[in-house]
Amino acid sequence: MFAWILLLLPLLAAAANQLYLKRNAFIASLVSTGAVVATFVIALVLLGRDDAVVGPVSWISLENDPGLSLSLKLDQLSKGMMVIVTGIGMLVHIFSLGYMADDSAKARYFTGLSLFMFSMTGIVLAGNFIMTFIFWELVGLSSYLLIGHWYQKDSAADAAKKAFIVNRIGDFGFMIGILMLFGITGTFIFDDMGGGLANFKEGYESCYACLIGTAILCVFCGAVGKSAQMPLHVWLPDAMEGPTPVSALIHAATMVAAGVYMLFRVQLSLGVEIFTETFAGDVIAWVGGITALGAALMATQQNDIKRVLAYSTLSQLGYMVMATGLGGGDAGMFHLYTHAWFKALLFLGSGAVIYACHHEQDIWKMGGLLKKMPITGATFIAGTAALIAVPFTSGFFSKEAILHAAEAKPALFWIAVAVAVLTPFYMTRLVLVAFLGSPRTDDADHAKEVAPVMWGPLAVLGVLALISGFAFFNGIAPATPAHAGEFHVNKLFWISLGALAAGVIPAFLLYGGRSKDPLSIPLFRERFYIDALYDKIVVKGLQNGSAAVVHFFDEFVVNGLIVGGASRLAESFGMLFRRVQSGNLQGYAFTFGIGVILVIYFTTFWK
Amino acid sequence: MAGLHSYLLVSGLLFAIGLAGVVLRRNIIVVFMCLELMLSAANLTLVAFSRFNGVNGLPDYNGQMLVFFVITVAAAEVAVGLAIIVALYRARQTIHTDDLTSMRG
Repeated sequence: MFAWILLLLPLLAAAANQLYLKRNAFIASLVSTGAVVATFVIALVLLGRDDAVVGPVSWISLENDPGLSLSLKLDQLSKGMMVIVTGIGMLVHIFSLGYMADDSAKARYFTGLSLFMFSMTGIVLAGNFIMTFIFWELVGLSSYLLIGHWYQKDSAADAAKKAFIVNRIGDFGFMIGILMLFGITGTFIFDDMGGGLANFKEGYESCYACLIGTAILCVFCGAVGKSAQMPLHVWLPDAMEGPTPVSALIHAATMVAAGVYMLFRVQLSLGVEIFTETFAGDVIAWVGGITALGAALMATQQNDIKRVLAYSTLSQLGYMVMATGLGGGDAGMFHLYTHAWFKALLFLGSGAVIYACHHEQDIWKMGGLLKKMPITGATFIAGTAALIAVPFTSGFFSKEAILHAAEAKPALFWIAVAVAVLTPFYMTRLVLVAFLGSPRTDDADHAKEVAPVMWGPLAVLGVLALISGFAFFNGIAPATPAHAGEFHVNKLFWISLGALAAGVIPAFLLYGGRSKDPLSIPLFRERFYIDALYDKIVVKGLQNGSAAVVHFFDEFVVNGLIVGGASRLAESFGMLFRRVQSGNLQGYAFTFGIGVILVIYFTTFWK
Repeated sequence: MAGLHSYLLVSGLLFAIGLAGVVLRRNIIVVFMCLELMLSAANLTLVAFSRFNGVNGLPDYNGQMLVFFVITVAAAEVAVGLAIIVALYRARQTIHTDDLTSMRG
């Protein structure tokens, strides 16, 4: 019962806002915020309850077939995830009350947020793959609505479109993967999949690994889209065009987390062997590793505060996906859990900075903000510390779990270590340039600390970013690897400490007291030219190509054959019958006479 | 005494002349008169059949009845037709069918 309320409350809020409260933006914002606070409380209540499957409610029944049902799965994974989703959702809602206070379309914004919460709740609680897929698409829709919130700006409209289309590409593979898994296991229900897979393995030993690997890779396509792995990562940085709290929501709790969450759900349902014993695991791990490294390199040269964070998210997601591919999905989920808190913090912090600097996003036009905005600055630094894995912060524990998961594969392990060097480098650069030194523009000079409704969530998240990694908090984590939250001085500890130092110290030397970027690496700044390449080949090529096809169809088939053909047919008939209308009175009479004779002839003599 | 054939032959000739006149002549009054000729040809046929299909020495009066109807209708038709022709002449100042081409498509 609680679970259904948890699922439907945000939908009710969204519907109420959309249908009745469009003109009362303030009430709409309170309704949405109230709904999310209620769901957070429910999520906490559920956390204390036993695992269960709520439902199933029969939805579509077919003859000789189990049909489709709606059910909600409550286990540690979904319950922990719900706490993250609703918790961060709640803080984002509260932050938005301040951040979006002056927006002209506040009601629409909060409607979108509620819809987003509903979709994500659906993915998390889904008891079968069909529900996952439905809510998966709903997440795509709500992200489209929110990224394009300021649709008057071309860039925002384009970014929303890009996010939606890129996600659709991944979702197509996801759909094929779901159907393949259905073909293999004979069910969509997560709980029954393991048994179906075992039967299949007995029956078709020879093609088992190949088929299941392909199916998992297809399912992974969905995660590549939603969790923004290479090569479909391009939408995530562009999604920065949306309001900053939305970025926090997308990056921390909702959208990008869905991919990793779904992969781990698959792992729980089918067993970890599907990753460790098939080629799919290797492919997934390498995609994750390459994304982590590539995105970290790109992040080192970005100047937009939100873009740095966006690439950092990409890189951390790569971490999680890599761990999942290596069979360490619990480490990936643990990192997702800690990452959710500190990345939400960093994004909301950057939102506060942008708000205070009058929508200035270039870090080189900031500087000295720590003095102007002490709470925002302090929490931002706390989030940074967690992200760069300073010992005893939450990120430190989860990153170590990921490094541990990667230890078996040296190549991936060293990629992970390289990312662990790059992350402190670009984050230190960000903090040094934006928060320390002296203000470089008037906007930064006149920045003031934001209102309590905005720094309140920051403070909460700041505390969580620091402490959520400890074993004491493992109860709310969706998944915990062995020894999570414990502290050991071993080889891994020294490696990660070394990586931290190797990142922070050069950053201090390079960027301390600078007012201009001393480094210029166009390759990284231009994001390996991947966006440009897509723009040239996919967008332009596809667009022009399909435009040519459409033009041909329109010009020759529609215009020439259908529309033109019909008119030409009528015209030629008309020309034919026009001859008959000679205007000669006696001609008519003669024809008439012949007609009469013919009628008489046929009626009298025709047998 | 002339047989049925002779009557039908005359009737056919009259009808053919009437039809030729309707189709070929250009003066609408002549066309009209030819039309009457065709009706008369039909009447002649009817009377001939009535006369020769008699029973017990009496003619078949049905045919003769029909002739009266045709004559009556023809009279009415002449009244209407001539009125139309007069109206046409007033509107167009002509009664030549060659000039009446406003229905050409």
